[in-house]
Amino acid sequence: MSESENKEPIGGKLVAVEGLDGSGKSTQVYLLKRWLELDGYKVFFTEWNSSAIVRKATRKGKKRQLLTSTTFSLIHSTDFADRYERQILPLLNAGYIVLADRYVFTAFARDAVRGCDRDWIRKLYSFAMKPDVTFYFDVPLKTALSRILDGRTRVKYHEAGMDMGYSKDPYESFRIFQGKIYNEYRHMVREYDFIRIDAEEPPDVQQAKVREILETRIDLPRYRWHGSIYPRHVP
Amino acid sequence: MLRPKRFYGKGLPGVALDQLRGQLIVVEGADGSGRSTQIDMLRNWLERRGSPTVNVGLKRSMLVSRELEQAMQGNILGTRTLSLFYATDFADQLENRIIPALRSGFIVLADRYIYTLMSRAIVRGVERAWIRDVYSIALVPDAVFYLAVSPKILVERNLRKHAVLDYWESGMDMHRSSNMYSSFIEYQRLIQKEFKAMQEHYGFETINGNRSPRAIQNELRGKIEVILNGKSGLIEEESDDSNREERIARSITTFADGGKGD
Repeated sequence: MSESENKEPIGGKLVAVEGLDGSGKSTQVYLLKRWLELDGYKVFFTEWNSSAIVRKATRKGKKRQLLTSTTFSLIHSTDFADRYERQILPLLNAGYIVLADRYVFTAFARDAVRGCDRDWIRKLYSFAMKPDVTFYFDVPLKTALSRILDGRTRVKYHEAGMDMGYSKDPYESFRIFQGKIYNEYRHMVREYDFIRIDAEEPPDVQQAKVREILETRIDLPRYRWHGSIYPRHVP
Repeated sequence: MLRPKRFYGKGLPGVALDQLRGQLIVVEGADGSGRSTQIDMLRNWLERRGSPTVNVGLKRSMLVSRELEQAMQGNILGTRTLSLFYATDFADQLENRIIPALRSGFIVLADRYIYTLMSRAIVRGVERAWIRDVYSIALVPDAVFYLAVSPKILVERNLRKHAVLDYWESGMDMHRSSNMYSSFIEYQRLIQKEFKAMQEHYGFETINGNRSPRAIQNELRGKIEVILNGKSGLIEEESDDSNREERIARSITTFADGGKGD
C-alpha cells in the first residue's frame, strides 16, 4: 500500500476545517463548498465519522456504551481509513479539491483528551496526507458552549464526554470536556500550520476571508471542470 | 520467577500491569494447522489441572465482530480499513476479556493474536512499521506458539475437512492467481515468510505442525508446564536437572522478551 498509495500523483488539493463544536466550521465549509461547486470546480466534501460501513458498529458501540478510549479511537480511525482509501485519496488523485469537515486533528484532540497516547494516535493516522490548507475556527470556549447549549434540550453522551466521568451533569461534563479539547487544539495550531479564523466575526465576513485565503493558497482555475466527460456527439 | 506483564509499546491507558496474575498463551497458525484442536486439548488439560481458562480469538468481539463479518462478505473495504477494523475487534477483546481474565488469574488461550493480523496486512502492502505501531497497544503474551505446517499439507487438511478453500485464507482478494489452489499455496508461503521475519522481532516459538496432534500437544504441554511452574515461583525443587533449568531460562527469556527492541 505504501507504494501503490504514494506513487500515484496527487493532483488535487486537500482543505480541512477544524474547531470546537459550535465554532461554526460546518457552516463555513458548507458555504465554501457551495461557492466552489456553483462556480464550476471539481469539489468533494467529506465529513468526520460518516463511512456507511463502519457507522453501524460505531452507533452500536456508542449506544450500548461498549467503547473505551482505545476502541473509540480505533473505530474512528477505521471510519476515517474507509473514507480515505475509497474517496479522499482517489479523488485527490483525480485532481479534486477535497473539503474535509474535521480531519485527523479532531482525533488527535479528542483521543488525547480521552487518555490515548498522543504519539500512538499520530502513528495510527500517519497514512493520511497533510492537508494543503487547514482552517481552524477559533472561538472562545464560552461562545462555543453557549452556541451549542442554548436552546438544546440535551447533549449526547459521548459529545458531552460523559464516558470520562468528569461530572454526572451532562452540561458540566460537556464544559469540562470541550475545555480540554480546546487546549489540545491550541497546542496544534503551530505544530500543524493551522490558519486561524476568528469565528466570532459575522459568518459572511469569515467566509470572505476563507475564500480570499483559499485563492492565494490554491491555483483555483486548475480545478475547473473542462468540457464534458463524454466526447461530444457529432451528427 | 516470571517477568511482570508488559505492553509492546505504550499500551492501553489505565491498566495496572502488576495486577495481571494470569497467563496469556497464544497459538498461531493457518487454517488447517491444527490450532483449534490444540487449543481444545490444552483447555481440557489445564482445566483438569484446576486452572480456569478463557478462550479468545479473532473476530469475536462484542463490539464489531458481526459488522466486520458483514463487511468481509462484501469484500469492499480497503486493506488499511480492514486492518483497523480488526484492530478494533482485537482491542475490544483485549480490554474486555483478556485483561479482566488475567486480572482474575485465568489462563487465557488465544486462538491467534496480533501476528496473524499483522502478517495479513503486511503481505497486502501495509507498512510493517505502521502495523506494529497500531498493535503497540497489545499485551506481550507469556508464550506464543506458531504451528508451522507446509502449504501443501494445509491444502490437504482444508479440503478434506471442508472440500473447499476459504477465499481469504487463499488470498484470493490479492488476485495473484485466478486458480484457487495455486493462490492458496502462494498466499500461505507469503504468510509463512512474514511469520519467519516476525519471529526474530517478536521471539515466538515455532512448532513443527506437520506432526500428529498428539506429538504437538505433548510438546506444547511441556513448554507450558515450564511457564506455569515459573509462575508459582517453584521453578525447581531438585536442582540436579540442569537441563531443565536451562530450558526454563531459555523459554522464559524467549517468551517474555518477545517484543523487546521495538
